[in-house]
Amino acid sequence: MQFESLMSFFQMDGHGLYVWLSYVITLVVLALNFVMPRRAQKKLLISLQKRILRENSDK
Amino acid sequence: MNKAKKMMPKWFYQMASPKGCYQITDKLLPWFTLSALCFLSVGAVWGLLFAPQDYQQGNSFRIIYIHVPSALLAQSIYITMALAGGVGIIWKMKVADMVAYACAPIGASMTFVALLTGAIWGKPTWGSWWVWDARLTSMLILLFLYFGVMALYSSMEKPEIAAKAAAILGLVGLVNIPIIKYSVDWWNTLHQPATFTLTEKPAMPVEMWLPLLVMVLGYYCFFASSLMVRLRNEILRREKRASWVKQLVAKV
Repeated sequence: MQFESLMSFFQMDGHGLYVWLSYVITLVVLALNFVMPRRAQKKLLISLQKRILRENSDK
Repeated sequence: MNKAKKMMPKWFYQMASPKGCYQITDKLLPWFTLSALCFLSVGAVWGLLFAPQDYQQGNSFRIIYIHVPSALLAQSIYITMALAGGVGIIWKMKVADMVAYACAPIGASMTFVALLTGAIWGKPTWGSWWVWDARLTSMLILLFLYFGVMALYSSMEKPEIAAKAAAILGLVGLVNIPIIKYSVDWWNTLHQPATFTLTEKPAMPVEMWLPLLVMVLGYYCFFASSLMVRLRNEILRREKRASWVKQLVAKV
């Protein structure tokens, strides 16, 4: 462990803002990359299901 | 034709058919997602809490654990995208087109992270958020190449034509990759040289580069997982008229 206290971990000898800002931005981008295609998949499946129902009722 | 068929292992032909690819990625996906999660959380905690400070840069050096893997991935994804696009043009392989399409947004987001974390790291280290330095400029060009590829896909109606246009832009843009790689050697630059090279031992101590290696592994697994989810969506979208998709959708 490189830090004695929680405060020094957050402050990082004055570099805290830079370090935490980069980590938060990275986390947000990775999380979006994780969530967005999964949401798109749900939407896509629903629209494909509707399409099948429509096709079946047309017959 | 038959002779050519025997050249590659069986899984290659399975991967090349949309249905086979959908089934294989279904099995692979959870493993890559899980390993990405493990590697990334272990690497981040290790890099933030346990890795020693840099004697010159202090704690701002911890940005390396997200900056280097993002930059590495941005370039690897670009190469993957360009090659997949090329395979798509030459062999008319639909899945390859879809891989190229799925790569673009992931690559763009990694380039964005690399540029942004680099800017944030530059402020305490160089005293400036941005300099028009060879490495930074060529990475910015990489971002624009990704945007160009994405714009081509969204502006063209027919997926086959869009795939061709995007693949050509991707292949032409490949010249930028060696420029990024050697920019730190060819020009006088503020940017430090590569951390990892295949031929030499890393200049930093083991306690510093081991967490970086873990992060790089995590990022690659993350890319694989992300790519598979997007690829599977694209397979369903483009194959919606196929009977296997209809059966699959009916079951959900």
